[in-house]
Amino acid sequence: MQPKTPSNPGRRKFLVAATSIVGTGAVIGAAIPFVSAFNPSAQAKAAGAPTKVDISKLNKGEMMLVEWRGIPIYIVRHTKESLESLNKNLSRLSDPNSEKDQQPDYAKNPYRSRREEIVVLEAVCTHLSCAPKFYPELGVTDFDSNWQGGFFCPCHGSTFDLAGRVYSGVPAPTNLPVPPHYYASEDVLVIGEDEEVT
Amino acid sequence: MFTRLLNWVDDRFPLTDTFERHLSKYPAPIGQNFWYLAGVLLIVVLVIQLISGIWLLMNYEATDEGAFASIQYIMRDVDYGWIIRYMHTTGSSLFFLLIYLHMFRGLLYGSYQKPRELLWVLGWLTYIILVAEGFTGYVLPWGQMSFWAAQVILSLIGSIPIFGEELLTWIRGDYLISGITLSRLFAFHVVLLPLALIAVVFVHIVALHEVGSNNPEGIDIKNHLDEDGVPLDSVPFFPYDVVKDLFAIGIFLIIFCFILFFFPDGGGYLIEYINYEEANNLKTPEHIVPAWYYTPYYAMLRAITFPIGPLTAKFLGFVVMGGAMVIIAFVPWLDKSPVKSIRYKGVYSKVALFTLVVSFIVLGYLGMVTPNPLRTLMAQVFTALYFLYFILMPFYTKYEGCKEVPERIKV
Repeated sequence: MQPKTPSNPGRRKFLVAATSIVGTGAVIGAAIPFVSAFNPSAQAKAAGAPTKVDISKLNKGEMMLVEWRGIPIYIVRHTKESLESLNKNLSRLSDPNSEKDQQPDYAKNPYRSRREEIVVLEAVCTHLSCAPKFYPELGVTDFDSNWQGGFFCPCHGSTFDLAGRVYSGVPAPTNLPVPPHYYASEDVLVIGEDEEVT
Repeated sequence: MFTRLLNWVDDRFPLTDTFERHLSKYPAPIGQNFWYLAGVLLIVVLVIQLISGIWLLMNYEATDEGAFASIQYIMRDVDYGWIIRYMHTTGSSLFFLLIYLHMFRGLLYGSYQKPRELLWVLGWLTYIILVAEGFTGYVLPWGQMSFWAAQVILSLIGSIPIFGEELLTWIRGDYLISGITLSRLFAFHVVLLPLALIAVVFVHIVALHEVGSNNPEGIDIKNHLDEDGVPLDSVPFFPYDVVKDLFAIGIFLIIFCFILFFFPDGGGYLIEYINYEEANNLKTPEHIVPAWYYTPYYAMLRAITFPIGPLTAKFLGFVVMGGAMVIIAFVPWLDKSPVKSIRYKGVYSKVALFTLVVSFIVLGYLGMVTPNPLRTLMAQVFTALYFLYFILMPFYTKYEGCKEVPERIKV
């Protein structure tokens, strides 16, 4: 039979507290490897090498699709009309001046790119990461009665203009991200770095 | 000889005691109807899923290069592999169908009311684990739907303010959905979640046998006992209920086999056709639809198209979707009615439950079709109705006139 009250309550209390603290420390320590193993591995981190693209074959008004870090990247060469259309819908865009941090500084301009006639976008809808579709045609579409050309996400109906700026009143909260990019020469676009690394 | 062996075991393990407590002397209320079959059938489906799952595991490969091909290998090259896989896919849909019927039964007859609150919460927990199990399993074939479902659902985590993006990368283990993500979802699907599911189902049944089964009348059978302390309105579970359940299992297995042999795709609802195309990270399918058993929640997610203050529409959609699942757990404390069964509740409760069922079905439909402004508006209305069932429950159950509940069950 155990006595109802411990003979030395102060010592008991101290031992319970001390064991609990040490035990908690041990649990936290043991959790570190299990939690850390969830992080991207060194291999996954190394997979982010830049992608080089030859854009000489990209005609005006066309889009090409390349892959960078497993993400689809859209490259569009503007026509004269499509460049002008970028100014026509400003009131319907939720961030027309690219205030939110979705692009490198050199792309914080009306065409959101280094070069006026070429736009480079991560084709990852800022809503739930579907790849938006390229709709360059103007006029009436299923989702817009006065469409100025741009991208439409088939998953949840978000719309973006040709510079990847999001329309207001759609589920996507921000503009499509512009990846870091630069031109190694007239026809070679490098995606994944802001400038040549020597 | 047998008696001596049994005595030997009973001295070391409570075998006879357990058998009597949970089977031969467990008092099953009389008057239990069709709705009370879902529970036992859920156990049957759990066993089917475990066995077919173990066999699938023998040939499945959880890598981004090999997953899709290994499913085709199972379907074409493994002897009877196709039927084992169809068992698993059919089983998953029926699992959800039955758990929805089982939950509806609980709402219908007030099976969550005192003293069955914990029983309800444990059942809710099995449902949540099942939702996670269904999602992780859906990704494994690594078809187009698998990939984009993972993309869309995991992206929701990224909508959490402040640390969402970091948390998302931590969960994916990569900067995008990749083979790394696939293999960890695989580990959850085949080890962690099934273990948790079995453990919680076990505790759910222990809790059931502690408080006793409810019945369609919502009458507490323990109020009238015979001289041995056995409820008068009950029969022993074994053999009476077991025989009835075996009959139900027989009919259920006939239906199961019918689907298995003649409609394994279920017209695109049990296995979605887009998933016959291998995962492509550069191309989103035209139309992304989750499995039918998630579409009500998916419709709720899409219904939230407006931000509130600093919170984005995306995050609010995530909160509403999660809230729709979490709120179910609170029903025992929301229901203030003095009676259990819908048979004796007032007209408000009947209207409310009917509205809930209609909302859930309409939302399920809206989650399957492409959104347009009218459908989005409908989804918003029915999402509101879904939540009103729960939020208004303390009021309509309190202020409605109930019928008097008889003392004994009449059959």
